[in-house]
Amino acid sequence: MAPKYADMEKTEKDSNHDEPLINKKISRRLLLGGAATTAIVAMQSSLGKWIQVAAQQPIIKADDPTKRIGPGPSVVGKRSPFEQPVRIKSDTSSRTPLQDLYSSLTPSDLHYERHHAGVPLINPDKYELLIHGMVDKPMVFSLSDLKRFPSVTRTCFLECSGNFRTGKENMTPQEICGLTSQSEWTGVMLSTLFREIGVQPKATWFLAEGSDAAVMTRSIPVKKGFDDAMIVYAQNGEAIRPEQGYPARLLLPGWEGNTCVKWIRRIELADEPFMTREETSKYTYPVKDRIRQFSFEMDARSIITYPSYPGHLERGWVEIRGIAWTGRGKVVRVEVSTDAGKTWNPARLQEPVLDKAHTYFRYLWQWNGSETEIMSRAIDETNYTQPTLSQLVEARGADIGGYHMNPITAWQIKQDGRVLFKPESWK
Amino acid sequence: MPQPFNITNKYAAIATGLLIVLVLGAYSYNGEAGKPASLTNTDTVKWPASFGFGKTATPQQIATQDIDVRPDGLGLPVGSGTVAQGKAIYALKCIACHGSAEKVVAGAKLPAPVLVSDSASKVKAIGNYWPYASTVFDYIRRSMPYNLPGSLTNNEVYDLTAYLLNANKIIKPDAVLNAQTLPKVVMPAQKLFITDDRKDGPEIR
Repeated sequence: MAPKYADMEKTEKDSNHDEPLINKKISRRLLLGGAATTAIVAMQSSLGKWIQVAAQQPIIKADDPTKRIGPGPSVVGKRSPFEQPVRIKSDTSSRTPLQDLYSSLTPSDLHYERHHAGVPLINPDKYELLIHGMVDKPMVFSLSDLKRFPSVTRTCFLECSGNFRTGKENMTPQEICGLTSQSEWTGVMLSTLFREIGVQPKATWFLAEGSDAAVMTRSIPVKKGFDDAMIVYAQNGEAIRPEQGYPARLLLPGWEGNTCVKWIRRIELADEPFMTREETSKYTYPVKDRIRQFSFEMDARSIITYPSYPGHLERGWVEIRGIAWTGRGKVVRVEVSTDAGKTWNPARLQEPVLDKAHTYFRYLWQWNGSETEIMSRAIDETNYTQPTLSQLVEARGADIGGYHMNPITAWQIKQDGRVLFKPESWK
Repeated sequence: MPQPFNITNKYAAIATGLLIVLVLGAYSYNGEAGKPASLTNTDTVKWPASFGFGKTATPQQIATQDIDVRPDGLGLPVGSGTVAQGKAIYALKCIACHGSAEKVVAGAKLPAPVLVSDSASKVKAIGNYWPYASTVFDYIRRSMPYNLPGSLTNNEVYDLTAYLLNANKIIKPDAVLNAQTLPKVVMPAQKLFITDDRKDGPEIR
């Protein structure tokens, strides 16, 4: 093969017949340069006589996708090289790039992570879930046993209850509250397993234990187990990801992420909570002169993900976009303020609005170029309105911890179009 | 592109229509009153008392995994520990990450002040924040040391628990911890804990 055709190797190989004209006529130099050129072609003159004239050839640019054959099918797809959304990671967690998403669903490889001793590698053939304690029949279920039970699919959010960061203007939605993600989960209802083993009437709590190196444990009220808890083995249509609990995890829709124990290996039914480390020294928070414990439901929250830092706003029409969610049912309303909270207007909610799920909202606005603040607040079906930070401080005291914080997030719009987070201090 | 109507399509359409009627008819026969079974939200076949999937767990299987310890002492193993032995084990297996009063490890996630505190300190530690002594034992046994989790003997866990409780001024230097004495330890922070008092509704709590 001639070196000057090197960049067209694949095209030529793939086209033994019906070879495109450009393969023969267009040199590499021309392709890269993209310059118009001339060629000598034969034409019939008005007198019917064949003459040779100079004719303009089409301009062909190297990046013109209509002028080269692209790669064929592949066994596993990947993102466009122009799109590179990434999680931001620390030693123990990684955060979803909320500002890069266009709807309520989180791609599985961008789901937030929080783990306490790394991601365990679990062979699905050796996986077992033990259920014992105050039950009629203590049982062990293999992964294939779990998959044989009647299954259920539901879409819901998962949010870490420590999902709140503030402190500086240069913060993205990902940095402020990227510890929330949404997936479609498939598995078996825990009530189906409870029915199989026979939970004794005196059992009021169960211990959920993971098979990571922290052997992480949480105590969960049995009522939630019968209500809507699931043991899930699939996420967004495929096997659950290792970071999300492969091969199976507990899913408690609407409850703080830590309770949804990943890599679950054991459930023990009992008549009192076990007071594990994660439900005593962690995931508890000061409320005035007391420490609040077993704070499970995630309260209603929302955040505008567009426009947001580090975006730059142009004058004129802008569709404000974001997500809203609540662990107490459905989001019934999202309100947006474009005048720093003085007036509020209802946003459009993307249907279908699902129970305990991220709900995408949109609000059409015309920015006139003057400095302002934009913000959103979620209202849930129990008539709870997402509070301001000062309302939370008023209710819980200035010693407010980092857990279960769901304040309204405001973005400052500067005259030059810069969008900055508005950090608030309370101490 | 729209296809011109022809005789073949016409017959196909009639045949398909007939099939839909037959299929729907069959489903509604099995479904709820007037509703095709395929559109109901419940199984048409009654669930059995047991699906029979899975195996009965043996006492041995349960014993190897059932490592949790409750505040009332349920789950505590045979064995005992002392403050002095705990101090020695701490120096050997814990100090690298957690540091000590004499040797605070710079940049470590959990330097000594987080493990050791008194009620006057604002830093959340065992002495002023942990509500139950059983949690100290349970957590050390299941996940420590970080680089070799689950490698401590039951006696070593009793020793370390005794050392940390003494360092937090909760038990005396000559105290011996075992399955009988550990549940009797009362933690100062226990009285501060309340169960979630938030609820559905408009109130901000």
